[in-house]
Amino acid sequence: MKLKQLSLFLENKPGALSRPIGLLATAKVNIQALSVAESNQFGILRLIVHDWEAVRDLLEKEGFIVKVTDVVAIEVADQPGGLADILDTVDKAHINVEFMYAFTQTHMNRGVLVFRFNNPDEAIRLLRRKGVNVVASVDWLKQSHS
Amino acid sequence: MRKSQRPLNGRFHPASAPDFLPHDQLRALQWQRLAETVRRAYSRVALFRKRMDERGLTPDDIQSLDDVPRLPFTVKTDLRDTYPFGLFASPMKDIVRLHASTGTTGKPIVVAYTPSDLQVWANVMMRSFAACGLHEGDIIQNAYGYGLFTGGLGAHYGVEALGATVIPISGGNTQRQLAVMVDFGTTAICCTPSYFLHIIDQAQESGVKLKDLPLRVGVFGAEPWTDAMRRRIEADSGIKAYDIYGLSEIIGPGVGMECQCQAGPHIFEDWFYPEVVDLATGKPCADGVEGELVLTTLGKQAMPMIRYRTRDITALVTEPCECGRSLRRIKRIARRSDDMMIIRGVNVYPSQIETALLKVEGALPHYQIILTRDKGLDEMEVDVEVTPEVFGDTVGALEEVQQKINASIERVIGLRAKVRLVQPQTIQRSEGKAKRVIDQRKM
Repeated sequence: MKLKQLSLFLENKPGALSRPIGLLATAKVNIQALSVAESNQFGILRLIVHDWEAVRDLLEKEGFIVKVTDVVAIEVADQPGGLADILDTVDKAHINVEFMYAFTQTHMNRGVLVFRFNNPDEAIRLLRRKGVNVVASVDWLKQSHS
Repeated sequence: MRKSQRPLNGRFHPASAPDFLPHDQLRALQWQRLAETVRRAYSRVALFRKRMDERGLTPDDIQSLDDVPRLPFTVKTDLRDTYPFGLFASPMKDIVRLHASTGTTGKPIVVAYTPSDLQVWANVMMRSFAACGLHEGDIIQNAYGYGLFTGGLGAHYGVEALGATVIPISGGNTQRQLAVMVDFGTTAICCTPSYFLHIIDQAQESGVKLKDLPLRVGVFGAEPWTDAMRRRIEADSGIKAYDIYGLSEIIGPGVGMECQCQAGPHIFEDWFYPEVVDLATGKPCADGVEGELVLTTLGKQAMPMIRYRTRDITALVTEPCECGRSLRRIKRIARRSDDMMIIRGVNVYPSQIETALLKVEGALPHYQIILTRDKGLDEMEVDVEVTPEVFGDTVGALEEVQQKINASIERVIGLRAKVRLVQPQTIQRSEGKAKRVIDQRKM
């Protein structure tokens, strides 16, 4: 199951990150997952939130460029080798990882990997066949936090 | 002393003889050539005939130089609208050279020369070099670009006509310029003043002492520059820096040139008739009053120009020059009347940047051009607001957009710009329209 991720264009300068994050705080949006990619000139803020359509509209109304992309979130055991096994599976199928980020939920003893694959459907199919838990909805991330 | 200049009141180069024509003879020559030019333009160029017909004028109505202000103006867009050959007054079999410069919409303007036009050009360029004290035996490094740009070939044939030695090195490759300057014993250089400032910096970095070289004269043009720049050039390099004026539409470089008094370019009035008009009304300005320089060619065959509006802001100086030339001078040009930018001697319009952006993005994003000057070289930064269309979610995709814009700008204007992607709504808008150009260059 693919999740919707919001990407925002940011300039690489002081304060650039504060404005969108501040907007989300004011709107009481809880961020489920977040990463920042950067070059020396600009950055991309990537977010996974519960009600992505409302958050997209909010950010766009404030003048941000928001791109919605499909990502795949995967649960792995919080132990060495968890990521290696996943990569082995997609590599063998020649699926490219365009970007990824990860976080651990120590209290749940698990890690969550967020991937953008060039062929997400095929990746999901292969990973599921391997018995990997592909996260089915944002709610799963949210519930696990609380 | 190696740096000796020729004495001001000493022997003038014989090539400069026409510069000293008595006023009455000069005016008579101008009138004779003007009458021929008007007749030629009227009978051979549809646009000129139409413009004159609209005013109920025939060539016979122009009875003296005093009637020049009755003639219609010609403007840059006329050259574009008639692109490529619409203003030619000679058949192609009589034309031996074409030059072109870039235009706003990717459409350049084209200019043409018959053999006699090339002779006129070589003549005024020869007199330009002679005016600043160059002569046979001088080794002149021509660092203007060779090609469609008129600077390179224009200067080239002027040096040869003078009988001096030309080094046709063209622009760029500063280390090579310095090596040639040292090895060949260059005595004079032609280039844009900003490029020479860069040469000065490079020389300092490479340990080349310009002051110890035989180099003694710089012929600088193709972009506005100030007396402050002249002082810096002269102090740092030990040369004399002279301002040459010209534009492709009239002939190229050599429309006017400073003499050794360095008191503003003398217009070679036997070939080019100068007026200065009020920007708003188009009415002639009194001598010494600033306005737009308007030039009429006197004797150009392939492409006569009637009252061409140069967009250069200056004033006519009629006080006699100490050198004794009868040719009137113009005040040195420091600004242009329109939005054209001169970057490293190359004409660039904001609309060209728009063209380049459109090619990449399909729709025009908000953008801003910021001009700075670093080590004597103009730098152009183009800030472009990111649009949903180009935002690709990966850093690689954005960098690709950046590179595409870079390449597109370089293709359109022939210069590299630094492209910066910025957040939407960050470029200041005034009255709904963005301020397109911020010029931070200190002249």
